[in-house]
Amino acid sequence: MKRLLLSMLMICCLSGFTSAKAPRPTADESEAEKRVTMLSRQLRCLVCQNETLADSRADLAADLRKEIREQVVAGRTDGEIIGFLTDRYGDFVLYRPPVKPRTYVLWFGPFLLLGSGLLALYRSVKRRPSLLRSRRVSAEERKRARQLLNPVGKELT
Amino acid sequence: MKFAIPLAVFSLLVVFLAAGLQHDPHEVPSPLIDKPAPAFQLAQLHEPSKTFSPQEMRGKVWLLNTWASWCISCREEHPLLVELSRTGVVPILGLNYKDRRQDAIQTLVELGNPYLLSVLDTDGRVGIDYGVYGVPETYLIDKNGLIRFKQIGPVTERVLNKTILPMVKDLDK
Repeated sequence: MKRLLLSMLMICCLSGFTSAKAPRPTADESEAEKRVTMLSRQLRCLVCQNETLADSRADLAADLRKEIREQVVAGRTDGEIIGFLTDRYGDFVLYRPPVKPRTYVLWFGPFLLLGSGLLALYRSVKRRPSLLRSRRVSAEERKRARQLLNPVGKELT
Repeated sequence: MKFAIPLAVFSLLVVFLAAGLQHDPHEVPSPLIDKPAPAFQLAQLHEPSKTFSPQEMRGKVWLLNTWASWCISCREEHPLLVELSRTGVVPILGLNYKDRRQDAIQTLVELGNPYLLSVLDTDGRVGIDYGVYGVPETYLIDKNGLIRFKQIGPVTERVLNKTILPMVKDLDK
């Protein structure tokens, strides 16, 4: 298992280097090719899980790109093609997980955390009203402050 | 009391992190569980003129094991599969994934053949239908042709004894 993971890691690293040299899509790229690229950018390569299908050099990613290309040419809609992949590999292939009860925590959790953070901040600030209101400084305090700021004893006005 | 909230938040964090450690991110849950095993018709490894289709296994509980001669971790599980096939508890069928026929036959000569038969998925199309993303993967299919369990990565003795065999026993009733 360890060796498998290690070799997978190495392949992923290597693929990272090689993909940098991969040719960039040219301007006269066909409409179908654009759609293939657009779709494969939204989909995760299951072998190198932090790469999209578009970026990955894994064998499976190439097969899946081929599959997507054929379906695009056959006139399938984007929804149908994405459905084809989620039927087989689950929502995990999507870089943007769908909003459904199982993913509510994922989608709304951050806002909940932000809200509770703001609430906590508001309450802690409110609990210390003296910090917010200005207060008159007495002559005694003013004198002490001067002494602290000017230990040598020079008088400032 | 002063520390109640930070303590609660901290404990929650520990629970989440501990749960996270138990999960292997390489194991992607299959959406195919309890769904019909995708149909296919592929040539057999040893007799390419003959084909095999999962429908032929209707009424039987069986394992579909994806393997390849180039797959290193398949060698890890291979002795276990050979042993399992000798007991005759559950038939194992091989899906030879993106392999060369000669290499596949040679591998079975070297390591033993646990499969009732293997089929050739040379271009990996059937693999895609089954959501294969890393060989070996093993599917447990019931009498009605539904996938009941999927093992990602090599079958270990633990998975075999704790999960697969009890499920086979249960499904065979």
